[in-house]
Amino acid sequence: MNHSISLTVNGVRREIALTDPRVTLLDLLREQLDLTGTKKGCDRGQCGACTILVDGRRINSCLALAISHDGRDITTIEGVARGDELHPLQAAFIAHDGFQCGFCTPGQIMSALGLINEGQAGCDAERIREGMSGNLCRCGAYAGITEAVLEVQQKLEAEKERRVA
Amino acid sequence: MKSFDYVKPASIPEAVAAARAPGAAYLAAGTNLLDLMKSGVSRPERLIDVTHLPGLDTIEKLPDGGLRIGALVRNADLAHDAAFAKAYPAVAEALLSGGSAQLRNAATVGGNLLQRTRCAYFYDVASACNKRAPGSGCDARGGDNDMHAVLGWSDGCIATHPSDFCVPLVALDATVEIEGHGGRRETRLEDLHRLPGTTPEQETVLETGDLIVALKLPAEARNFASHARYLKVRERTSYAFAVVSAAAHLTLAGGRIRQARVALGGVAAKPWRAREAEALLAGTDATTQNFRLAAEVALAAAKPSGDNVFKIELAQRIIVRALNLAAAGTPERVAALPASPFSIHSGALHDA
Repeated sequence: MNHSISLTVNGVRREIALTDPRVTLLDLLREQLDLTGTKKGCDRGQCGACTILVDGRRINSCLALAISHDGRDITTIEGVARGDELHPLQAAFIAHDGFQCGFCTPGQIMSALGLINEGQAGCDAERIREGMSGNLCRCGAYAGITEAVLEVQQKLEAEKERRVA
Repeated sequence: MKSFDYVKPASIPEAVAAARAPGAAYLAAGTNLLDLMKSGVSRPERLIDVTHLPGLDTIEKLPDGGLRIGALVRNADLAHDAAFAKAYPAVAEALLSGGSAQLRNAATVGGNLLQRTRCAYFYDVASACNKRAPGSGCDARGGDNDMHAVLGWSDGCIATHPSDFCVPLVALDATVEIEGHGGRRETRLEDLHRLPGTTPEQETVLETGDLIVALKLPAEARNFASHARYLKVRERTSYAFAVVSAAAHLTLAGGRIRQARVALGGVAAKPWRAREAEALLAGTDATTQNFRLAAEVALAAAKPSGDNVFKIELAQRIIVRALNLAAAGTPERVAALPASPFSIHSGALHDA
């Protein structure tokens, strides 16, 4: 049976034909839309490599059926930089050695974007670590990842204060 | 994954009618169901997507002082709802100790109640499992079973219920609103899940086509807001299921307990309400000695189902600690590591 859905992917609205209802958002992005930045790690919601934003909220795209997400707004790692200009989080991951092999990095960055949007962790390193616990890094770059997220969060808060002052 | 027909009903009655078909299953976020379908543990013929149904995603205060939470409210939205977290802090803490932020953003209230056990033998289709394939046996007996049940288990099944959310909810007398072929009815959450007995495949009292539409908390549940905690021991600091967990709620007058509500997670096939412990605590002083007596009563009927005798003592210590934390008072804000007995900062209290 053929189903068609409409998704906004990184700001572009797309009409998508699904030939199979089993397709997850992850497989749709990678196999059908050629957006391979989103990684397939465990495919079971345990590693976080497939993290994307749906309507601004981070989820595991491996556990989301595409067909159930008709009309939603998707952001993947490909939609984060502005042309050649890296997003501050991407730059901070480089500056703080927040990765080694890089496989988990797209998921880490999308998760960190979600974390910052949620506004729950603030500049508390322990809350950041807890909020990022759904993203595994087998190279063990956790210290750098926490520093990178913390730095971006601190800059955001400083900006907010400047605007208020 | 086996293929399935996809159905997107426009209303609750349409959904319930579609679920009459054999092999039908409801799909909400799918964070557990899709995992089970990928493993071949669940093989539905037809998925009925309820995520678009109107009116199931609201949190409303009831005229009698109770609260009604729509079945499609996402776990994260409920936990971060300021009014909710203030009135039912142990429930918010339990929610935030479950899964990861990504999963909590997707997972729904109704789905959380109906998630399946994480027993490895249930997930492995090559293993014998009476829950997955009735009559096939139980490979967890004699297998890796240190995480399994110590209360209410049977020879046929020693699996535990994995939910954190359900633990403080049963302590607070939550009820579940169900729409079925015969119309709408309500059941106590405590009665929703069944113990395995000789039919471990029958996990709940729901019948074919039943759809959970809402969860309700009675007005009295608010009375515990200033002394309510959830504590959960895991094999790693975050993002893990409970080895053992406890929800503790108190109302105090001076140093004396007026009412206590205690429930356990990770110990049985259902969230375990410890009524005898509650009865023992009522009217006594809020002391560690009394908490220990209550904990012993709560686990009096416990017996190991495998390599898990440690869970019986652990559960008692977690009850004592959760009650002490509840007596000390609910913190202003949910702990940095929700429900965790640990902190990364050495010497710091986990809820500092």
